[in-house]
Amino acid sequence: MLEIKNIHAKAGDKDILKNLNLTVKPGEVHAIMGPNGSGKSTLGNLLAGMPHVQATEGSVSFKGKDLLELEPEERAGEGVFLAFQYPVEIPGVNNMYFLRTAYNAQRKYRGQDGIDSAGFMRMVKDKIKQLHMKDDLLKRPVNVGFSGGEKKRNEVFQMAVLEPTLAILDETDSGLDIDALKIVADGVNQLRSEDRSFIIITHYQRLLDYIEPDYVHVLADGEIVKSGTKKLALELEEQGYGWLDV
Amino acid sequence: MSEQNEVVIDNQLVRNRANERYKEGFYTDIESVTIPPGLNEETIRLISAKKKEPEWLLEYRLNAYREWLKMPTPDWAKLKVPEIDFQAISYYSSPKTKAENAPKSLDEVDPKILETYEKLGVPLHERERLAGVAVDAVFDSVSVGTTFRKELAEAGVIFCSFSEAVQDHPELVREHLGTVVPPRDNYFAALNAAVFSDGSFVYIPKDTRCPMELSTYFRINANHTGQFERTLIIAEPGSHVSYLEGCTAPMRDENQLHAAVVELIAKDEANIKYSTVQNWYPGDEDGKGGIYNFVTKRGNCAGKNSKISWTQVETGSAITWKYPSCILRGDNSSGEFYSVALTNNYQQADTGTKMIHLGKNTKSTIISKGISVGKSQNSYRGLVRVAKRADHAKNFTQCDSLLIGKECGAHTFPYTESANMTAQVEHEATTSKISEDQMNYCLQRGIPEEEAISLIVDGFCKQVFKELPMEFAVEAKALLDVSLEGAIG
Ligand SMILES: Nc1ncnc2c1ncn2[C@@H]1O[C@H](COP(=O)(O)OP(=O)(O)OP(=O)(O)O)[C@@H](O)[C@H]1O
Ligand SMILES: [Mg+2]
Repeated sequence: MLEIKNIHAKAGDKDILKNLNLTVKPGEVHAIMGPNGSGKSTLGNLLAGMPHVQATEGSVSFKGKDLLELEPEERAGEGVFLAFQYPVEIPGVNNMYFLRTAYNAQRKYRGQDGIDSAGFMRMVKDKIKQLHMKDDLLKRPVNVGFSGGEKKRNEVFQMAVLEPTLAILDETDSGLDIDALKIVADGVNQLRSEDRSFIIITHYQRLLDYIEPDYVHVLADGEIVKSGTKKLALELEEQGYGWLDV
Repeated sequence: MSEQNEVVIDNQLVRNRANERYKEGFYTDIESVTIPPGLNEETIRLISAKKKEPEWLLEYRLNAYREWLKMPTPDWAKLKVPEIDFQAISYYSSPKTKAENAPKSLDEVDPKILETYEKLGVPLHERERLAGVAVDAVFDSVSVGTTFRKELAEAGVIFCSFSEAVQDHPELVREHLGTVVPPRDNYFAALNAAVFSDGSFVYIPKDTRCPMELSTYFRINANHTGQFERTLIIAEPGSHVSYLEGCTAPMRDENQLHAAVVELIAKDEANIKYSTVQNWYPGDEDGKGGIYNFVTKRGNCAGKNSKISWTQVETGSAITWKYPSCILRGDNSSGEFYSVALTNNYQQADTGTKMIHLGKNTKSTIISKGISVGKSQNSYRGLVRVAKRADHAKNFTQCDSLLIGKECGAHTFPYTESANMTAQVEHEATTSKISEDQMNYCLQRGIPEEEAISLIVDGFCKQVFKELPMEFAVEAKALLDVSLEGAIG
């Protein structure tokens, strides 16, 4: 589904990612760990097409398409979703309205008809219930005045509605209390399926107790320095990154 | 208020509208009677005679004209106004049928005019009328028809053209005309008082809640003409009325002048809500053509506990010079001003409000949202004055500016004058750009750039949009989208 080959990328004018290779097959969950500033968010931003990150070398193919050639909104339409490390506030824009606009824009990209507000409302209420979230979040402006945890939950909620094929979660577990963490993990697990893949960026093994990854990678200084299974995350939790000699 | 009042606008509708770029820019080919260009006392006598006006009104006009001759053109606004040749303008133009024999019923109105309003989305026919909204349709210099007259009359409400009011209710007109905006008030008000041709008149009797929204749709059609309309709304004690105003003009290379005066009078416990969606032709991308819009709007909260609320969405006109204001004379009276002004290309807007606190415990709220795109210049100008005896007067002002692009400008000129120690005046101002983060967030969710801008701008204007009646909010949002065209890049 996703093939990252020999990627070098800049964030702003700083070289960050170096010779990065990663293959994600349908249905797989990959966890990415690594020290602060190692380039984890940069990787997420590169895949999502955020303009401040530019590849200087290498290629990314997604479902057979050259991902780097696509505009960010086209990538979203193709099914790439990024849960932001720092979700953005949009004052005055009702969360539900925002999401419906996004939903319909993606449908339009795929040549499907839009959904009306009543139909969307029904679908959304169902999702909210499944996710054990409160629906007052729908009426509020996008992320405005949300607590840190609420913002993260909102990202997961959006993911659940948009049903991407590749979801990248950038530290969606940071700053969550234990109940919220379960809700977030539960949201991901509900969406797990044979044809949907996840890249989960996290600092904590804790999340991986709830979401079992197929692979764990350690990103250091812009490179994947080690890959392994769930066990690797446990070792990192106990010993830190020092022993990897990064 | 509650979330249910939140205006969530269907994007499809908006998109359909946005695809039609200044769709109001058409011209109706109709035989009209237009007096030759030029302005002198004879012109004024001619207009007055055409309208069969009483002597006192002719005197009123002539006095205003003589004052006007002595006044300098105002130059304090942050506007570059090319010199206006007042002798090149025709001051009166009316569709022929109307001029010869003013129709009393809409059946007699020229079908081409009915068609024009239909095309503008304001059908006047009995069958297709907007539900719950009475319309006075002003075409160039005359009112061509007013809907729902019978229903309104049953409630005791008078809603008719200004000219009719002069004929049928001269005592009401004479008592109130010029009491809020005297002819001497300013250059354009004086000009209007001299040459005004038509407009709307509203009278709401004591303790009456007007049974429907009242609205006037102003249409400039003829070329080389100006539109000088006059609106007067009188709300007797304990009455309520909501009034809407819309306006459009054909696309032309020439600039056309529009200088209106609106006077509102709210007596004890009366409540007037006045909403405008101003969509005069703004000129093209190179700044050619467009309406010069110089308007004096003022409300007098004459009675205790009275309230006047102005809401405006200004997207049109090449130049906008407009300060809907409130004189808070009655104790406990309150004034509100909610404004969205969007300028694109070479448009210039200098708009804001004046809140004059005279009575005790008077309250005013000002929410202004300026959006500048392209090479446009957008200024907020506001005055809050608290008189000596206005104990415990309170004002809250919030001025937000949003810049889209690098070549536009936003300016804020808030003035405060307080002569009373107990006054509470609060001012907040922000200037922001649509942040890259907001844009990226929308894009990542699959929302294309143009739609994302519209979404963010809509959010920015929410506080004002929610003050508009629903049908108008949809219209306003659509207009904003049309006006934002070309905002990207
Ligand atoms: N727009 C930018 N311009 C310049 N440098 C940038 C830009 N964005 C990120 N960087 C730099 O790139 C490096 C990698 O940042 P990135 O956000 O990818 O790290 P991270 O692994 O996600 O860290 P954390 O665990 O703290 O979230 C950092 O040194 C950061 O300062
Ligand atoms: Mg990060």
